[in-house]
Amino acid sequence: MMLRLIFLPATLAVVMLLGATAADAADWDIDQLMQMLAQVHSSHAAFNEIKTVALLDKPQVSSGELIYRAPDYFEKRTLRPRAETLILNGDTVLIARGQKHYLLTLADYPEIAAFTASLRGTLAGNRQMLRRSYALSLTGSQAHWQLQLLPTDSRIKDKIMRIFIRGADNELRSIEIIQTDGDRSITTIASPAP
Amino acid sequence: MNLRRRYYALTLWLAFLLACIAVIGRTHFTTDLSAFLPRAPTAQQRLLVNQIRDGFASRLILIGLEGGNADGRAALSKKMAKQLRADPQFAGVNNGEAAYAGNDRTFLLNHRYLLSAQISPSHFSVTGLHNALSDSIDLLSSAAGLWLKPLFTRDPTGEMLQIAEQIRPGHAPAILNGVWSSADGKRALLLAQTRAEGSDTDAQQRAMAAIRQAYRSASGDRPQYRLLMTGPGVFSVTARDAIKTQVTRLSLIGSSLIALILLLVYRSPAALLLGLLPVASGALAGIAAVSLGFGEVHGITLGFGTALIGEAVDYSIYLFIQSGGDTGRERWIDRFWPVVRLGVLTSVAGFASLLFSSFPGLAQLGLYAITGLVVAAAVTRFVLPLLLPDGFRIRDVAPMGLKLANGVRRARHWRWGVVLIAGMACVTLYMHRTDLWSRDLSALSPVSPRELALDAELRKDTGAPDVRYLIVVPAGSEEAALVSAERAAAPLQTLIAQGKLAGYDSAARYLPSAATQRARQASLPDAATLAQRLPLAIGDLPVHAQRFAPFMADIAAARRGPLVHRADLDHTSLAMAVDALLLHRGAQWSALLPLTANASGSISRHDILAALQRAQLPQAEFVDLKSESDHLYADYLNQAIKLSTAGLLLIIVLLLFSLHSIPRVLRVIAPLAAAVVTVAAGLSLIGQPLLIMHLIGLLLVVAIGSNYALFFDRGTGHGNMAPQTLASLFFANLTTVAGFGLLAFSSVPILQALGVTVAPGVVFALIYSAILSNKKASPS
Repeated sequence: MMLRLIFLPATLAVVMLLGATAADAADWDIDQLMQMLAQVHSSHAAFNEIKTVALLDKPQVSSGELIYRAPDYFEKRTLRPRAETLILNGDTVLIARGQKHYLLTLADYPEIAAFTASLRGTLAGNRQMLRRSYALSLTGSQAHWQLQLLPTDSRIKDKIMRIFIRGADNELRSIEIIQTDGDRSITTIASPAP
Repeated sequence: MNLRRRYYALTLWLAFLLACIAVIGRTHFTTDLSAFLPRAPTAQQRLLVNQIRDGFASRLILIGLEGGNADGRAALSKKMAKQLRADPQFAGVNNGEAAYAGNDRTFLLNHRYLLSAQISPSHFSVTGLHNALSDSIDLLSSAAGLWLKPLFTRDPTGEMLQIAEQIRPGHAPAILNGVWSSADGKRALLLAQTRAEGSDTDAQQRAMAAIRQAYRSASGDRPQYRLLMTGPGVFSVTARDAIKTQVTRLSLIGSSLIALILLLVYRSPAALLLGLLPVASGALAGIAAVSLGFGEVHGITLGFGTALIGEAVDYSIYLFIQSGGDTGRERWIDRFWPVVRLGVLTSVAGFASLLFSSFPGLAQLGLYAITGLVVAAAVTRFVLPLLLPDGFRIRDVAPMGLKLANGVRRARHWRWGVVLIAGMACVTLYMHRTDLWSRDLSALSPVSPRELALDAELRKDTGAPDVRYLIVVPAGSEEAALVSAERAAAPLQTLIAQGKLAGYDSAARYLPSAATQRARQASLPDAATLAQRLPLAIGDLPVHAQRFAPFMADIAAARRGPLVHRADLDHTSLAMAVDALLLHRGAQWSALLPLTANASGSISRHDILAALQRAQLPQAEFVDLKSESDHLYADYLNQAIKLSTAGLLLIIVLLLFSLHSIPRVLRVIAPLAAAVVTVAAGLSLIGQPLLIMHLIGLLLVVAIGSNYALFFDRGTGHGNMAPQTLASLFFANLTTVAGFGLLAFSSVPILQALGVTVAPGVVFALIYSAILSNKKASPS
C-alpha cells in the first residue's frame, strides 16, 4: 500500500508548533490519527455551520448538535433556523424535515455514499473507507491536525473540490467543504459536552 | 354366433374407431395450468384467475445472472439488456441501468407541473410561492443541498422532490456496478416484460429462447456464468415441457411394462395384441369424448389415461384367463360378465363424481375414464370374443392360481390383523385430523419447490413483494379508471395518517387522469401574474427574482404543453409501474391499488370498505388475495369431499341393488374401506398432507378395488373360486399397479398424488379382499 504523506508547509508548521506538545511531527502520521480516532466510542457536541451559496445573497447560518456512536452511527441534528435531522446509520441515510422523511440506502446512491464516506471514515478511523474515494494528506501536530481529502472518485469529483477536517487529538473541531463552483460550508464543532 | 351378427359387430366397432380417430385428428391438446385451477364463481375469484392468466405480472420474466465477478456480471447484464431492448417481443427490459434513470429524470422534469400532486392555484399564490421558496432555500443549505442546487433556479417550488416522494418505489433493488443486483451482491438482475400474455405459452417459450440467445451471445458461452429465469410465463413453459415429456415417457414405459406382464402371463404375442384391443379402443374413445365434450384435451388427462390402461386391460385378462377354450368363452359371458359389468358400473359411479368437479381438468379425467372403461369393457364383451381364432388358448395359469389359493387360505388367519391395521389407521387419521388436508393451492401447481424457491428469491431481490391486499376498481375506460384511483387516494391517505395502513400504490401517481392534469395546468399562473407575484413572494428571502428566469420559462411552457398520455411513458421505468396497476381486457379496465399493511401485518376490511364508501366508489372491491386463494382451495376441497362421498354412496346403492344383500355388500365394502384408511393413514404418517388428488385417488381405489371384492364375493356365492380366477385377479392387480405406480414417480404433483394413492391402495384392496373373503370363496 502506498503512503502519501505531504509534509507540513512552513507557515502551518509555525501555527502547529504553538500548540505542539511532546508529540514529534515526524512520528505523527495518518495511521496514528486513524488509530486514535478509532478509540472514540461515542461523542456528543454542539455545532455551528456557515454555508456560502452563490445563488443566495447572504451566507446561511445554522446550529445544532452532533452525535456519534461507534462504529457507524452519526446524527446531525440541526435546531436553528429550522429543525432538520440527518442520520447516517450503517448503510442508510435518513433525512427528516418536519413531516417529511427521506430514507436512502447508500448502495443506491454511490455519489452520496462517497460523499458521506469522508465523515464516516474519519469518525471511525477507517482509512480504507476514506482512501476508496479520496487522496488523504495530513498536516499539523497531534494537538492541531488537519486532514485534507481530495476526491479521486469521479462521481463526486465534479461537485467537491476538497474537504478539510481539523481536530485536536481525537476530537474533531471543524469540517470545511469546498465545492467546485466555489460554494463552501464550514462547520465548527464545540468542545464535547462533559 | 352367426356370421351376420359377427359382421355387424365388427363393422360397427371399426366405424366407431375411425370416428374416434377423426375427432382426435382435429383435437387441440393443451397444457394450460389453469385447467387445474377451479372455475371461479365470484368476481373476486375471477379477478384472481384473470390475474394469473393475463395480468401484467404474468408478462414479467425475472432474470438472474450468477457466477464470475461483479464487473463481469454487470457487463453481461448491460449487453443482454441492450440486445433484448431491440427485440420487439419485449415491451421493456429493466436492469437498473442509468439509461432508464436518465429517461425517467428527463420525463419527470419535463412534465413535473402535470405530475406533481402539490400543484394547485394556492401553491402559486404569493403566500404559496413564499412558503415553497423558503423551503427550497432551506433545503439548499441543508445536507441535501449539494444535489438540489442544479435544479434550484428551474424548480424553486420543489416539484421534483415532491414527485420523487410520490413515485418512490417501495423496495428498489440494490445497484452494483451500475446495474441491479441482489442484496448480497452475488447475482445481477434483469426484469423483462413480454408483449405477449403470460398464458400464451408459445410466445413465452420464444421469449425465453430470445433471452437464452442474448445470454449466449453476450457471455460468449463462458462457463463461469449461470443464467436463471423465473416468472409465470417461465412456469407455464417448464410445466408444459414437464407434462409433455412425462406423458410421453409414462405412456411408453407404462405400455411396455403392461405388455411385458401380459406377455409373461399369456406366453403368446397374438394374445397380447388381442388383449390390448379393448384398451386401445377405450383410450381412443376417451380422448375423442373429452375432445367433443370440452373442445380440447389436457396433457394431464393423457398422462392419467396411460395409468388407466392398467385397469382397462383387466377386462381382457379376465376373459382370457377365466375362460378356458372356445366353449369357455360362452360360459365366461354367462358366469363372469355380470361380475365384470358390476365392476365397470362401480368404477363408472366413482368416476362420475369427477364430472361435476369445478376443475375443468378433473371433469376431463372423469369423462375420459368413464368412456374409456365402458368402451374397453364393451369391446371385451362384444368384439373380442369374435376376434379370437378357433383354438385360441393361453398358458394355463391354474397351477399358479392354486399356489395363490394356498396363500389366501393361510392369509385368512390374518383377518384380525386387518381389523387391527384398519383400527390403527383410523386412530392415526383421527390424530392427524387437523393437518390431514393440505390447505395450500400451490400444492397443485406442477412447478417444483426448487423453482418456487428460486422465484421467491429473485422476487425478493428485485423488491417485487408479493401483493396480498388490493383494491380493484372496475371502470369503462382508462380515464375513468384513473379518476377512480385518484378518488380513492384521499380516504386512503387518511387511513395512513391514522396508522391503519402503511401505504398504497396507484397508477394515478405515475399517470394522473386527464382531468387532474388539466386542473393542474389551469392552476399555473400566466407570465405577467407570475412576474408580479414572484418579487412579493421572495420578500426578505436571500435571493433575487432575476435568478428564476428558467422557472418562469418552464411554467410558461407547461401552461401550453400537451397532457401526458400512457404512450409518453414508454422507455421509462414508469411504464411498467402503470401497466402493473392498470389492467384492461377489451373494453373493461380495472385500476389496482395494492395496499401495504402496517406493522400488524393485516388490514381491516371494515376500514377499507368505509374508505371506499367515503370515496364514493361502490363498484370497488377489496381483495385479500391470500384469503381468496385459501377460500378457493377450501371451497373446492369441500366440493371434492362431497362429490367423493356422493360417488361412494352411489357405489353402495349400486351394490345393494345388484347383490340384494346387506351382508354381501358389507363384505365387498369392508376390504375397500380398510384399504382406503390404510393408504390415507400411511400418507399422513410420511407427512404428506392430502391434496384433492389424493382424495380422487382414494375414490379410484374403491372403484377399482370393488372389482376384486366382487370376484371374491361371487366365489362365496357360487361355492368355489376357480384357481384361474384368482390368478386373473392377481395379474389384473399387477397391471393396475404398474400403470398407476409409474405416476408416483412423476414430478407433476397432480399425477404423482394419484400414483402414490392408487398403486398401494389397489394392492391393499386385493390383499384385504382375499384375507377377509369367506372360506367358501377359495379354490381348493
